[in-house]
Amino acid sequence: MTTEAEAHVHHPNYVKIWAILVALLLVSVLGSMSHVREVVLIAAFGIAIVKAYLVARNFMHVNVEKRWVPYLLIVCLLFIGILFAGVAPDIMNHVGQHWINPVVNQPAVSGAATKNE
Amino acid sequence: MSTQVEHAEPSFFHKYMWSTDHKMIAKQYLFTGMVMAMIGGFLAYVFRMQQGFPNQYVPGFGLVTPGKYNAVVTMHGTIMIFWVAMPVLIAAFGNFLIPLMIGCDDMAFPRINRLSYQIFLLSAIVLLLSFLVKGGAFGGAWTAYPPLSSTGAYNLTPAGAVLWLLAVALEFVAFLLGGINFTVTVMNSRAPGMKMYDIPILVWMIVLASVLFMVSVGPLIAGAVLLLFDQTMSTGFYDPTRGGDPLLWQHLFWFFGHPEVYVVLLPAMGIVAEVVAVFARKKVFGYKTVLYTTWAVGFLSMVVWAHHQFVAGIDPRMANIFSITTLMISIPITEMVFLYIATLYGGSITLDTPMLWALGFIAEFLIGGVTGIFLGSSGTDIYLHDTYFLVAHFHYTFVPIAIISVFAGITFWYPKMFGRMLNETLGKIHFWGTVIPFNVIFIPLFITGTAGDQRRIYSYAQFAEQSRPALQHLRTTSTIALLVMLAFQFVFLFNFFWSLRNGKTAGDNPWRSTTLEWTVPSPPPHGNFAVLPTVYRGPYEYGLPGRADDFAPQNVPD
Amino acid sequence: MSSSAKPIANTRSATGIPSARLITWWVIASEIVIFGGLLASYVMHRIGHPEWAEAASHTNTWAGAFNTLVLLTSSLCAVMAHKAADAHQGPRAAKLLRLTALGGLLFLTIKGFEWAKDIHEGFVISSGGFWSYYYTLAGLHGLHVLAGMVIMLVVASDAAKNEELQRVECIGLYWHFVDIVWIFLFPLLYIAR
Repeated sequence: MTTEAEAHVHHPNYVKIWAILVALLLVSVLGSMSHVREVVLIAAFGIAIVKAYLVARNFMHVNVEKRWVPYLLIVCLLFIGILFAGVAPDIMNHVGQHWINPVVNQPAVSGAATKNE
Repeated sequence: MSTQVEHAEPSFFHKYMWSTDHKMIAKQYLFTGMVMAMIGGFLAYVFRMQQGFPNQYVPGFGLVTPGKYNAVVTMHGTIMIFWVAMPVLIAAFGNFLIPLMIGCDDMAFPRINRLSYQIFLLSAIVLLLSFLVKGGAFGGAWTAYPPLSSTGAYNLTPAGAVLWLLAVALEFVAFLLGGINFTVTVMNSRAPGMKMYDIPILVWMIVLASVLFMVSVGPLIAGAVLLLFDQTMSTGFYDPTRGGDPLLWQHLFWFFGHPEVYVVLLPAMGIVAEVVAVFARKKVFGYKTVLYTTWAVGFLSMVVWAHHQFVAGIDPRMANIFSITTLMISIPITEMVFLYIATLYGGSITLDTPMLWALGFIAEFLIGGVTGIFLGSSGTDIYLHDTYFLVAHFHYTFVPIAIISVFAGITFWYPKMFGRMLNETLGKIHFWGTVIPFNVIFIPLFITGTAGDQRRIYSYAQFAEQSRPALQHLRTTSTIALLVMLAFQFVFLFNFFWSLRNGKTAGDNPWRSTTLEWTVPSPPPHGNFAVLPTVYRGPYEYGLPGRADDFAPQNVPD
Repeated sequence: MSSSAKPIANTRSATGIPSARLITWWVIASEIVIFGGLLASYVMHRIGHPEWAEAASHTNTWAGAFNTLVLLTSSLCAVMAHKAADAHQGPRAAKLLRLTALGGLLFLTIKGFEWAKDIHEGFVISSGGFWSYYYTLAGLHGLHVLAGMVIMLVVASDAAKNEELQRVECIGLYWHFVDIVWIFLFPLLYIAR
């Protein structure tokens, strides 16, 4: 029995989108070889954000989906942002107001060497 | 539009063990939860006996050694939250009531529903198996902080620790699947005419609880994978000497752990709303306010988590922020309780057993909430953290949630689920025999906690600076009250099982309620509705003037 | 597995989104917080431990980049399958879904070789902070690739008979999400040095 897979989307030229994604991938790899830290970071993560947006918009059709769907996904990302904001002061920083984490600055021990149960 | 029943009478296996029918799955969750509650209650008996009569042989258990004490308190907490409160409040009531209350024939995805119960059952079995392995059940507290939880040499229960973690992870998967199913069903499968504000509050609450669970549990699932690897694969995610940080676990845990208490609170408040409306013959005061307040509570609950970590060594500036948000969250919750009290005001109140439980919830939960203020302020929390004051606070919130509101729900919907009425007299005896002893258990613990009694200590006699012999009579009183409370639970068990066969036959709508589950036979047939309903009004139309009856069911046209 | 066994509840759509696609979006939302939590934990540690850059330099950027290309291409196949399903071309959709799954298999194979080499050089999951996160992140992602492949093949076998075509889009959505996670894992694990 055929089901009603309604075409609720207009299908763009997917191969073109794919080609753009591959070109962006190449740019990010080439950019990563730079010696300038900012260039590497933008090439790596800036382009990643663009690629993710392109996949979400054109492959997942988020732009024609009911509005609350991308809102839900963004809210989930925001909660991860809240998690980061609340946890990073303890985990990311090893020096703060009136405290330091001295253990961090000692040479790390490999797992194979540690007697662990 | 009618539903067609396309198949013949199913076999025993298909009907009771392989069913996709939401009502059967609900009962499976309910009975599993009840069994786990008896185990959790027995564990409470064991450690309270140790506290009330220190270092004496406990009948039915034996001598409580330090290691056994740790395992017993760990498993009590874990079982009560994950294998009693959640399955009964969300999965049992949600499964049974949601399709009925929104006027459809089952969940949107019945086979995913069945799968969620099967995964849940597996998780319960894995957890119970942990009692039998070498070393016994996990003894690192339900909060499982590393390095105690990651290192077998410290917790002395290495196998139990791994099984505990796997069981909790499986339980999370089960509730993710189940909760998403509930959410999709409520969003999509409502009866024609049932708009957003016509949905019964309990249904809203279960959906919001499911969404809150889903959003908050993700980081903990990640953290649990990291802990599992620390336990089994010599990684050092939580080991500062290896580049990790134990505080990460605490944050990941409580980022979920705090919203989790609202995940169980919301369905409890939903049950109370339904019961109060019916037994006050009055619509819930401020339906939309209740709804918007719940959204606010849900959001706020995601930004208060570090109040569990005030003394753990977090950045003190964070302690400031989390104190403020924690105190803020008391406002919408209090408002909701006031809305329920406003619902009662001017109502025609009858004190049937379900109503007694609902009123009991309101009274006891208020005490729990008020005592939370002292803990939410980081200053006073420095003294009170991990004392019995904290234990009493969270039992004054958790017991109303997991016990009192559950009994409200069971006594209210038992006729619909099983087609029989429970015995009212036994119900009232059970109510008073539970609620009065409950207070006698925990008020002494507020006092001992303020005096300095620390939690998770198997015996104060061993630690000179902890030992306050003058308080022993309070600890013993608390234990005796627990014994009394546990004894009265047999009244409930007898009532429950005896009434299955011998209770008065229940009609469709013994409580004269307006919501859709009361328009079908008790118990409902497969497919629920002979004719799928259309909805014409909101869920709490009581006391309307000019009508023959004092209530207007949702599916009856004007 | 015929659709006459579906309850009325499954066929209603008060939101306007069919239930299958609706549940897929909720699954994706739940996965965002799972991966998000894990990635956030990694980022905190990576920024706080600049000395991990040495360990990170041992990951093979070209293998990672090629795997990115593989996943992007498989995503292309998945969305073409969706287009075919919309046109009621079940067998064509099935073929494209199977190609997508093949892409997943290639991804996992390359990863297998990568990991074999890393382990051979002595970098195992317990070799230090960076490696612990590396194997956990890529491993969790790989598990999702594997699960996606399995579900995809099941959907494909129905689609080949022109059945349950709405599921083609849904498994495609999941697959695109797995692709997006890798789009972020690649720079995090292979580029940032």
